[in-house]
Amino acid sequence: MNLFKKKNYIILDRRSEAPRPTPEEHEAPAVPDGMWVKCSHCKKLVYKKEMEPYYICPKCGGHFRLGAMERIAITCDENTFSELDGTMHAKNPMGYPNYEKIIAKAQQKSGIQDGVVTGTCQIGGQDTVLAVMDGNFMMGSMGSVVGEKITRAIEYATAHQMPIVIFTVSGGARMQEGIISLMQMAKTSAGLNRHAEAGLFYLSVITDPTTGGVSASFASLGDVILAEPGALMGFAGQRVIEGTINEKLPPGFQRAEFQLEHGFVDAIVPRTQLKDTIARLLALHTQKGGGF
Amino acid sequence: MNKAAEVLAASRKITRPTTLEFIDAIFDDFIELHGDRHFADDAAIVGGIATLDGKAVTVVGVQKGHTTQENIHRNFGSPNPEGYRKQMRLMKQAEKFHRPVITFINTSGAYCGIGAEERGQGEAIARCLFETAGLKTPVISIFIGEGGSGGALALACGDKVWMLQNGMYAVLSPEGFASILWRSPARAAEAAELMKITAPDLLANGVIEKIIPEAKEGLEHNLDYTASILKEELVKELHTLCQMDMEELLQKRYERFRKFGEFAE
Repeated sequence: MNLFKKKNYIILDRRSEAPRPTPEEHEAPAVPDGMWVKCSHCKKLVYKKEMEPYYICPKCGGHFRLGAMERIAITCDENTFSELDGTMHAKNPMGYPNYEKIIAKAQQKSGIQDGVVTGTCQIGGQDTVLAVMDGNFMMGSMGSVVGEKITRAIEYATAHQMPIVIFTVSGGARMQEGIISLMQMAKTSAGLNRHAEAGLFYLSVITDPTTGGVSASFASLGDVILAEPGALMGFAGQRVIEGTINEKLPPGFQRAEFQLEHGFVDAIVPRTQLKDTIARLLALHTQKGGGF
Repeated sequence: MNKAAEVLAASRKITRPTTLEFIDAIFDDFIELHGDRHFADDAAIVGGIATLDGKAVTVVGVQKGHTTQENIHRNFGSPNPEGYRKQMRLMKQAEKFHRPVITFINTSGAYCGIGAEERGQGEAIARCLFETAGLKTPVISIFIGEGGSGGALALACGDKVWMLQNGMYAVLSPEGFASILWRSPARAAEAAELMKITAPDLLANGVIEKIIPEAKEGLEHNLDYTASILKEELVKELHTLCQMDMEELLQKRYERFRKFGEFAE
């Protein structure tokens, strides 16, 4: 009698077969639209209104990701931001299938033309050039437009003898633009070399997450590098490292606190104090040293 | 297999001549120098001083091995931050003594590991891009095999960038590309073609200036053929670059990388 014999069924977890989200779909919303939102750090529900304008979790102090416009609103003195190259948008250098559609979707989602907004402004009364990357646009990946706008912003700063402040958030080079994306790393870094040669101040502000080609170019080249608490900063993605070394990564790996400990950022500054800190650093750099 | 996938396979072949073999075939009096003066000596980057046509030059490149054991020693040609810092140390030394620099590139990419991150892999590469842009001596970069991502770019910011016939250069490995964008590493061959990784593709979009031919019987069977062409081309090119006014040299190097990007306004 085989009637009650247990069959050797295996229960398949169908979830593992579901396609993984692509990088541009998968990242958490920066500042969500709902009234109540779940904090990605402590998982508690928080009332969105309560977090304006800094979007810091009132329960755990975790920093939500900000879009470029939200960042500009809390960083620049009121009505001082004047955008540069606001209409620049992507072409399709590699002939990547459906790239135009991907770009259009990202533009719709983020409300901006590509992954960075650049311009001039005042911060605490100090004139500066400002570039703010936006993780809502294809995870802040750097293709031609991001590279060109950042390089032009740097060149503008050099030509006008101005400092530049860059807020970074990026998954790295934009794969869909192939080798041309990689060249943006050399282009932006060369621009910064000239800015530095001119004796001008570059402040880099690391926000979550700053990885890949951006971490291996302008993000790491600031005269001063600030980071927001908990911001991830690293060259290689965590899954890639785990795959290479075949072990789990320690908690806090590549976070701002880790980078501070290892000497790759100057200070971790909570978002509420960032504007003031930037303004003070800019003011200190308007003086020529040694005037005693 | 499409053409790009064939090139990819050839560029990675374990018998493919390495940087040290090219140095031996092209230069005389090579003295290898070690260490980054901060942390360690990375065996994945080799470099030193040599002569080319009787004149002193600095050479530096990524070193792979021909056997598993050699490759373990060389970390499969994936440099750690100390490798990039050694490279930059040798290049700054070259600048001080007005020696031109020749770099050889053959890497699947910078190493991805805990130690590499702790010691600032991103910063180490960024520093190479930044410093090379302003380096006051001619730099020629040659792709002799694989060229993967920022880890290759760190050595490829020269005044001229050349590539062997079966070299390749990409924003990341075609396997990684297929895995990230299509969730299917098996589509690597298709990715290789789309990514335009071959020397003729890169020549067409201005990423390289010159393709160096390989002998019909294969590079590893006739290295002298390629080495003698390279030697002649290097002597010729360095003669031109060394005659240039420094400001002009740096301006042209800036423009070389400044031009990349396709966008609309």
